[in-house]
Amino acid sequence: MAGVPIVNLNGVLLVTIQEELLDQSVAEFESDLTEKVVEARARGVLIDVSVLDVIDSFLARTLHDIAAITSLMAARTVVVGMRPAVAITLVELGLTLPGLLTALSVEEGLSLLAPPAGHARTALR
Amino acid sequence: MTRTPSTSTVAIHDEYDIVHVRHAAREAATTAGFSLVQQTKLVTAASELARNALVHGGGGQADITIDNLRANATVRMTFTDKGPGIPDIEAAMADGFTTGSGLGLGLGGARRLADQFRLESTPGRGTVVEISMSVRRSAGP
Repeated sequence: MAGVPIVNLNGVLLVTIQEELLDQSVAEFESDLTEKVVEARARGVLIDVSVLDVIDSFLARTLHDIAAITSLMAARTVVVGMRPAVAITLVELGLTLPGLLTALSVEEGLSLLAPPAGHARTALR
Repeated sequence: MTRTPSTSTVAIHDEYDIVHVRHAAREAATTAGFSLVQQTKLVTAASELARNALVHGGGGQADITIDNLRANATVRMTFTDKGPGIPDIEAAMADGFTTGSGLGLGLGGARRLADQFRLESTPGRGTVVEISMSVRRSAGP
């Protein structure tokens, strides 16, 4: 259970969780990512959780915290690929995670984090 | 079917054991024939309770039993620790109550996810939490 790889994709940090994480790895991931956001001057973070068949309250809280932390650093976080059974369970657990941006695929997530209009062309959706 | 129920035990001493408990819960849930959503609920509840036993109880064990005696298979998980116990169970069950990391949804959340929930705690002696969930057939009378 090594660290979670973080890839910089033109100002968006792409994070693909690759295996079930230990609580300690979850905590390290939060601080690594926060430092990377500053280092890369990232405008967005995309966290792909599609491999996870369970997200418990500890990991859910971390995802929520990461979104809150990055927003203080002018970067938006999108959680991508949550499995239906995981979403159902989280809501039943009492975790609706209000304010957390989500997308069904990495592609859709990236379009949510597209640079603001005005640079090349306006690309709303 | 009158097989004796099968039981397995997972010791909870460190964070790796939370993962071990999740895997054992997943295995029991698939053996019992749970749907994917039911599996996910059981494994999530197991994860919450294993972390509780570790963080608040200083470790302990999880006993997992599959009861096939009736038509509907039931998975029962018992988490036992010898920690300080819970002085105010009602407060500990409430959402948002936490003395450690997490959202304080461990006990209340596990109760909502499971079909049955039982908690016994003796201050100074430890805590036992038992949850059970039975397979639900989607079609039926």
